[in-house]
Amino acid sequence: MSSEASIYNRPSVLDCFRSSGNSWFQKRNLKQMLESSKDSAKLDAMKRIVGMIAKGKNASELFPAVVKNVASKNIEIKKLVYVYLMRYAEEQQDLALLSISTFQRALKDPNQLIRASALRVLSSIRVPIIVPIMMLAIKEASSDLSPYVRKNAAHAIQKLYSLDPEQKEMLIEVIEKLLKDRSTLVAGSVVMAFEEVCPDRIDLIHKNYRKLCNLLVDVEEWGQVVIIHMLTRYARTQFVSPWKVSFENNFYESDEEQKEKDRKVKNIYTMDPDHRLLLRNTKPLLQSRNAAVVMAVAQLYWHLAPKSEASIVSKSLVRLLHSNREVQYIVLQNIATMSIQRKGMFEPYLKSFYVRSTDPTMIKTLKLEILTNLANEANISTLLREFQTYVKSQDKQFAAATIQAIGRCATNITEVTDTCLNGLVCLLSNRDEIVVAESVVVIKKLLQTQPAHHGEIIKHMAKLLDNITVPVARASILWLIGEYCERVPKIAPDVLRKTAKSFTTEDDLVKLQILNLGAKLYLTNSKQTKLLTQYVLNLGKYDQSYDIRDRTRFIRQLIVPNEKSGALSKYAKKIFLAQKPAPLLESPFKDRDHFQLGTLSHTLNSRATGYLELSNWPEVAPDPSVRNVDVAESVQQTWILKILIIESGSENEKEGKEESSSDESSGSSSSSEESSDSESDSKESTANKTSRAAAERWICTFMVTTQVSVPTETHELLHRMSGKGLAAHYHFSRQPGIFGDHMVSVQVTVTNTTDQKIENIHIKEKKLPPGMRVHEFNPIECLEPAESITVSMGIDFCDSTQMASFQLCTKDDHFNVNIQPPVGELLLPVTMSEKDFKKEQGMLTGMNETSATIAVAPQNSTRLVIIERVVKAANLGVVPSGQDNIHRFAAKTVHSGSLMLVTVELKESSTAQLVINTEKTVIGSVLLRELKPVLSQG
Amino acid sequence: MIHSLFLINASGDIFLEKHWKSVVSRSVCDYFFEAQERASEAENVPPVIPTPHHYLLSVYRHKIFFVAVIQSEVPPLFVIEFLHRVVDTFQDYFGVCSEVMIKDNVVVVYEVLEEMLDNGFPLATESNILKELIKPPTILRTVVNTITGSTNVGDQLPTGQLSVVPWRRTGVKYTNNEAYFDVIEEIDAIIDKSGSTITAEIQGVIDACVKLTGMPDLTLSFMNPRLLDDVSFHPCVRFKRWESERILSFIPPDGNFRLLSYHVSAQNLVAIPVYVKHNISFRDSSSLGRFEITVGPKQTMGKTVEGVMVTSQMPKGVLNMTLTPSQGTHIFDPVTKLLSWDVGKINPQKLPSLKGSMTLQAGTSKPDENPTINLQFKIQQLAISGLKVNRLDMYGEKYKPFKGIKYMTKAGKFQVRT
Repeated sequence: MSSEASIYNRPSVLDCFRSSGNSWFQKRNLKQMLESSKDSAKLDAMKRIVGMIAKGKNASELFPAVVKNVASKNIEIKKLVYVYLMRYAEEQQDLALLSISTFQRALKDPNQLIRASALRVLSSIRVPIIVPIMMLAIKEASSDLSPYVRKNAAHAIQKLYSLDPEQKEMLIEVIEKLLKDRSTLVAGSVVMAFEEVCPDRIDLIHKNYRKLCNLLVDVEEWGQVVIIHMLTRYARTQFVSPWKVSFENNFYESDEEQKEKDRKVKNIYTMDPDHRLLLRNTKPLLQSRNAAVVMAVAQLYWHLAPKSEASIVSKSLVRLLHSNREVQYIVLQNIATMSIQRKGMFEPYLKSFYVRSTDPTMIKTLKLEILTNLANEANISTLLREFQTYVKSQDKQFAAATIQAIGRCATNITEVTDTCLNGLVCLLSNRDEIVVAESVVVIKKLLQTQPAHHGEIIKHMAKLLDNITVPVARASILWLIGEYCERVPKIAPDVLRKTAKSFTTEDDLVKLQILNLGAKLYLTNSKQTKLLTQYVLNLGKYDQSYDIRDRTRFIRQLIVPNEKSGALSKYAKKIFLAQKPAPLLESPFKDRDHFQLGTLSHTLNSRATGYLELSNWPEVAPDPSVRNVDVAESVQQTWILKILIIESGSENEKEGKEESSSDESSGSSSSSEESSDSESDSKESTANKTSRAAAERWICTFMVTTQVSVPTETHELLHRMSGKGLAAHYHFSRQPGIFGDHMVSVQVTVTNTTDQKIENIHIKEKKLPPGMRVHEFNPIECLEPAESITVSMGIDFCDSTQMASFQLCTKDDHFNVNIQPPVGELLLPVTMSEKDFKKEQGMLTGMNETSATIAVAPQNSTRLVIIERVVKAANLGVVPSGQDNIHRFAAKTVHSGSLMLVTVELKESSTAQLVINTEKTVIGSVLLRELKPVLSQG
Repeated sequence: MIHSLFLINASGDIFLEKHWKSVVSRSVCDYFFEAQERASEAENVPPVIPTPHHYLLSVYRHKIFFVAVIQSEVPPLFVIEFLHRVVDTFQDYFGVCSEVMIKDNVVVVYEVLEEMLDNGFPLATESNILKELIKPPTILRTVVNTITGSTNVGDQLPTGQLSVVPWRRTGVKYTNNEAYFDVIEEIDAIIDKSGSTITAEIQGVIDACVKLTGMPDLTLSFMNPRLLDDVSFHPCVRFKRWESERILSFIPPDGNFRLLSYHVSAQNLVAIPVYVKHNISFRDSSSLGRFEITVGPKQTMGKTVEGVMVTSQMPKGVLNMTLTPSQGTHIFDPVTKLLSWDVGKINPQKLPSLKGSMTLQAGTSKPDENPTINLQFKIQQLAISGLKVNRLDMYGEKYKPFKGIKYMTKAGKFQVRT
C-alpha cells in the first residue's frame, strides 16, 4: 500500500518543476481562500482542489478546511465539496463524520432531488462507523414516495454491501421490497443491486418476473442490459429446454421408432408462456441504439430461444459491425463463438466479414476466424479467392493468420485439400519469411493427415532449409524429414549433416528436432548416419539448455544399445516411428462456448471474478405458479402509487412552481398494461397521453389531473323488479371533462335479466331543475339476455345536490329514474403546493369557513389511511404537507370551479379539527357533514 | 461496475483520473502501457486487458485512451458503450474532445463524470439532462461568471430526470422554431481489381437538429419505408407505431441527436457511384514503377461527385513518387509511404487522373501486392439507397415550425483493390 501510495502521489516531472517549493504555500493559500467569507474565493479554491484531484495529486491535507463548506448555500461549492468528500472521506474518517449531520438533514428535505443527492453522497462516503446510519437511510429511502429517491436507494444498497458485507440479510430485505416496485426508474438499479448482493436468491424474482418483462421496454438502456442478463440466468433455471425437439436422428433406428420418438417429444414440449413472454418482450430491443442492449438480447436469444428463432439476432449483430473498433472487437468475438456451433446463422452475411486493408489487425484476425468457421463446400471457392488477396497483404502477421486459416479449411473440407496444398506450396517461394515459415508449419500439419504421396513436397521443403531462418519453420521441416525419412532416403542424411554443422547456433526448438532427426535416422539408416548422430548427441550433451541435455541423454539410452539400457531400446524404433495421429486444426474459439456470451469471461476466455454460471436447463420445469401474482397485492400497489403521484408534486421553492410528478404516467401506464394487455406498448400509451395533454402539462405548471381513487361503490338506478327485468346501476367514474367542462361523468351499467332481447334502450323526458343539463348516452340498440353493458353519461348538477330525474326507455316501456350525487362527486381534484394552499385559504375565511371537531378512530390516524379514506369519500386532490399532523386536500367544484379546501388537523387524544374553506358554503357544510363519519368510523 | 477512469494521451501521460468507488492506484495503468508497447499501433491495443486484480477496458478516440478499471464480471460492451457515450458528451459540451479542452475544463469534466455514474452504474447519460444539471461552458458564460460570480452548475434541478420523456428538457423556448433532418448514407464497399463489386453495403443515419418550443410531437413518414428493414432508434421513437404503420413518431430531444440509423446489407444491390481505373506496376528489373489512376462517375443519378480524396498506402519498397495530377493536389509522405490526392470535384467531361512514376529501393525485389486505394467522396442531395422522406408533421404545439430535409451520400470504407 505504501509503495502504491507513493507512486500515486508522485507528481509528474513537469508539475514538480512548476510547483516545487511553492506547493506548501499554495496549499496554505487555498486554506485561506476556503476560510474566506466570499463564495467566489471558496469556489475558486474548490475548483483548484478538484483540478488537483483530477491530476491525481494529493489534496488530503485540506480536508478540515474543505469539510466546513459542506453546508454551503452555493450549489456549485456544495457539489465540489461532495466530490472531494467522496474521494478522501475514507482516508480521514473522523473528520468526515463532521459532514454527516448535514446529509441527515437533507435526507428529510421536501424536495426529492435533494433527498436523493444527500443519500447518494452519504452512501458514497466509505466510513464504516456510519454503517447503521446508512442502513437506516436506505430503509427509509426505499419507501420514499419519489421513485427517483428509491432508485438512489437501490444504488446505495450496493455501496453499503461493499463497505460491510455483514449487512447482507437486511439489505436483501430492502432489495425484496424494491423489486416489487413498479417504477421503470427503479427496476434497472435494483436488479443491479440484486446481482451484486444476492444473485443466488432466484426466489425473489418469481413474483416480479412478469412485471420485469413488461417494464423492460421502458427501462433506461443501462438497466435493460442488467435486467436482460439476469433474466437469462433466471430462465435457464425455470424453464425446460426448447432445443430438445431437434434431437439427432439415430441412423440405426427404424422409421417406426423414429416417428414414435418424434411424437413423444412433440407431445412433451410446449413452451411455458412466461418463457415466450420474455422472448417476445426483448425482441424489440434489438432495435436499440445501444450496442450493449443489442448484444444482451442476442445472447438471450442464443441461450434461451428455440434454435430456429435464434437467427433473428444475426442481422442486428452484423449492423453493430459498423460501430467503433472496440464494439466491433467484442461483437466479432461473440459471432466467432456462435458461428462455430450454428454456421447457418451467419452464412447469409458472409460478405460482411470480408477484411479491409484499413481494419486494425485484431479485427482482421477475428473476421478471418469467422470466415473460416463459415466455410463450407458451397462457398469455399469464393473464400479461397478472397484469402488469396489476404495472403498478399502488407500486414504480414495477418498474412500468416490467413495461411493458417487456409490450412483449417483444407482439413475441414476434403474437396479442397489438394488445391489448398498446392497453393501453400506456391507460397513457399514467397519472398517474405514469415509467410514461408507459416506455410511450412501448415503444410507439415496437412501432410500429416495424408502423407502417402507427397515425397516431392518434402524434397522441396528440404531445399528451403538452407534459406529459412524462422525456428518454428526449420523445426517443422526437420520433423517432416525425420518422420518420413524413408520416403527421402537420399536427402535425409544430408540434411542431418548440414544441420549438425550449424547445431550450436540453432534455436532450442530446432536443436530438439535435430536430435529427433538424428535418432530416427539412426534407427532406419544407421550405416550412413551412425557417426553423425553420435556427433550430434555429443554436442547436445554439453548444451546450455537443460531440456536439450535431458533429451540427449534420453535418446542416447534409447537408441544406442549398451549393457545398462534395458528392454526398452528394443522398441526404440516403435517408439520413435510410431504412427502419429494428425493434429486437428481447430478454431481457438472452440472452447469458449461454456461461457455465457457477451460476458467479460467470454471475451477473456477465463473466469472473471464474479462471473455467474449459466445453469443447464432443468429436466423438469419447476412449478410455474410461483410467478403468479396476487391480484389484491398488485391493486394495492397501484393505489399507493397513485397517491404518490399527487404527493410527489413537491415544491421547488426557487421557482415557486410545481414539479412534474415523474412517475405519474409511467406508473399508471405500466399498471394498466399489467392488468389488461401485456402486448400493449406502454411507451406508446404514455406518449399519447403526453401529447394529448402536452399544452397544459408541459409548458405551464404541471397540473396533475390523474384520478386518485375511483370509488367502487355503485348505486342502484333501476331495480330489476320495477324495471321488468331491466336493471341499471351507476357509479361516478371521476373522469374529468369527457362531455364538457361542467359535467360530472356517470357510468351506467344496464343489465338484462329477462330471457328475451331488450331493444333500443335510451333516455327520454328529462325533468331537470333549471340550469341542469344531461349528456345522454348513445341508445343501446339491443341487449341480449343475461348480458350487461356499461355506458357513460355526463350530468351537469350545477353544484347542487338536487337530483336529476329522467326516463330510461326501452322499445316498449319507460321507467322513471333519478340520480342524486353525493357532494363529494361534485368536485374535481386540484393539485397545488402547500404555499398556494395557505394563500388561498387565507382568502376564504370568515363565513366561507366551516369547521368541526371530530373523534378519529385510532386506526385512522396514519397519513396513508387518512388520505385513502378522505379521497375515497370525496374527489379531492392531495396537497403535499410539511407537517405530519396536518393533511390538506384541494378541489374545485365541477360547475363553477370554485375552490374547495379541506384541512384535517390531528389533535391530541384522537380528535381532529376538520376545516373546509369555500365560497360555496352550502356544499361546504354538506361536505363537512359527509366527511365527519369517514374518519371517526373504524 | 466501473471502478475508475483514466485518461491517457498519446505520449502516455495520465492526465485525468476519476474514481467512483475506492481509489485504484494509477500504477494499474502500467499493464495498459505494456500492452500498448506490444501493440505498436494505437489501433491495435486490445480493448480488454486482464491484470491480476482488475480488468482494463479501453476505447481510443481523438488520440486519447479512455481506460476504465473494472473489478468483476460485467458485459464488456456495457463499459465500452458507456465510454463512447462519455466521449460523445465531452464533444457535445466542448465542441471538440481533446486533451487541451479537457484540461481547460477539468472542473466541468469532473462534474459531468460525477453525474454520469453513481457507484459505477450509469445515472444520467442523456445530454439534455446533463446540460440542465451542468451548463456547458461558453465564452459568454465564462465572462458573465467571472463578473457576477455565478456558476456553471444549474440552479434548477433537472426535472427531466424524473419525467416520462427523460431525453427532453422542460421549458424549451425558441423564437425561431425549426427542425432539420439530415439523411446521410455511407457506402462501404470493396471493389476488386477488375472493377467488379465484391461487397457493398449502405450504412445510413438520420441526424436531426430540432429547436422547437414546448413539447412537440413529431411524425416523419417515408415514401419507401420498405428499405428500412434493419434499423436502430433513438429511445424517443415509438416502436409500436413503427411496427404497425412504418411511421416514425416521437417527442424529440432538444438540439442535435441521431434519430435512427439503418443498414442496407450486402445482399441488396447497391449502386456504386464512382469507378477507379488504375494501372500500377512494378518491374522486377528496374527500380522504376508505373503509377496511373483515373477516377470517374458511374451511377450518380445526375448529381456531381465532390470532395473526392484518394489515399493509398504504398509498399515499403517505394522510395519516392513523381506524379502529375490533372487536377487537385497530391502529397506523398516518404516516411509513412502514404499517398494522398485531394481531387475535389469530378467533372465528367474531363476525368481527373494522376500519372507518374515511382522510385523503388534499389536491390529489393518488387512488392507482392499492389496497394489498395481508399476513396472518399460526397454527393449532395442524394441518398444512394433511394430513401425519401415523405412528410414531417408536428402535433401538440400551435406554432408553425420551419422544416428542412437534406440528403447526402458519402463514402464510408470504400476500397479498391489493385
